[in-house]
Amino acid sequence: MEKHVVVIYPHPDDEAFGASGTITKFREEGIPVTYLCGTLGEMGRNMGNPTFATRESLPEIRKKELIAACEVLDVELRMLGYRDKTLEFESKDEVAKRLRTILEEVKPSLVITHYPEHAVHPDHNALGAAAIEAVRQMNPSSRPKVWAQAISNDHLEKLGNPDICFDITPFFQKKMDTILSHRSQADGVLGKMKKDPNQDKDLEAIAKERMGVERFYTWNFES
Amino acid sequence: MKAIDVDQVQQAIDRYANKPVYIHLETTNGAYASHFDDKAYNIGVFIRNAKISYEHGKIVGTDQAYRVGLKTDMGWVYAEGLSQWEIDSDDRLLMAGHDREGRLMVALEIGEKPFDY
Repeated sequence: MEKHVVVIYPHPDDEAFGASGTITKFREEGIPVTYLCGTLGEMGRNMGNPTFATRESLPEIRKKELIAACEVLDVELRMLGYRDKTLEFESKDEVAKRLRTILEEVKPSLVITHYPEHAVHPDHNALGAAAIEAVRQMNPSSRPKVWAQAISNDHLEKLGNPDICFDITPFFQKKMDTILSHRSQADGVLGKMKKDPNQDKDLEAIAKERMGVERFYTWNFES
Repeated sequence: MKAIDVDQVQQAIDRYANKPVYIHLETTNGAYASHFDDKAYNIGVFIRNAKISYEHGKIVGTDQAYRVGLKTDMGWVYAEGLSQWEIDSDDRLLMAGHDREGRLMVALEIGEKPFDY
């Protein structure tokens, strides 16, 4: 059983879409979870539908949504204060050092982050790479495991099948509640999943189809 | 934000002319464009807190989409596809264009104080 799980993603809502089922599973087992959220998604395109945010009001709105989502998930939240879209231009060493300091304090048994180069958004790839570098630099005897999440269209072809797969349908309501906490983003992102705009399935049914399983690759530090 | 009213936006543009102002200028089709459509390209540009001064500026277009050009000493600032505007609580002129799902496609913002980093 895990001791403490740290989730490291760059944007408010990455935790909701990517790992909220897995996080809920851990919380129901009584395992503490800490979310290190890299940015406030300041440069997000979704402004609500109909729009209720502006480029200037979005950071505060997303911060409130993030806090609400973490209350739904019952996890500790730490905001890292980087700026959306700029993580790949920061020094990877400095970001890794900062993450390592936090990991050495929290002492998790498991870290969940994005799989570098297979996570589509440049912020995902950059923070995932920094997180893995942070763990790599830790003393091998106290290193947490890393589960890396790949979302690129060709990740199965390139990486093979992920070794960690959770059917999270038992926790799906919690996952939807977490996603919907990110009100400014939820409709836009869920709407994207609707391939045929005329199909009459509701967003929740589509989401269940698309997000009913959460998958991760255990990172191999030996190779 | 609300639909652009040309007269009111023009007045706001005039108000910021010939003084040092900070600009936020942006266009984007998102970081996932080519993820959802392999024939699409990811395109995005932003410049935040560019300090400029313009001699005059003008808003032109129809209620579908407006263009704004600001003429500076050495060049121009230009944005196309703007349809909504507001003066925010920090007295900054925010203009933007969104797609049918409410996603921001273009933004031009002008203020006398720098925008939050």
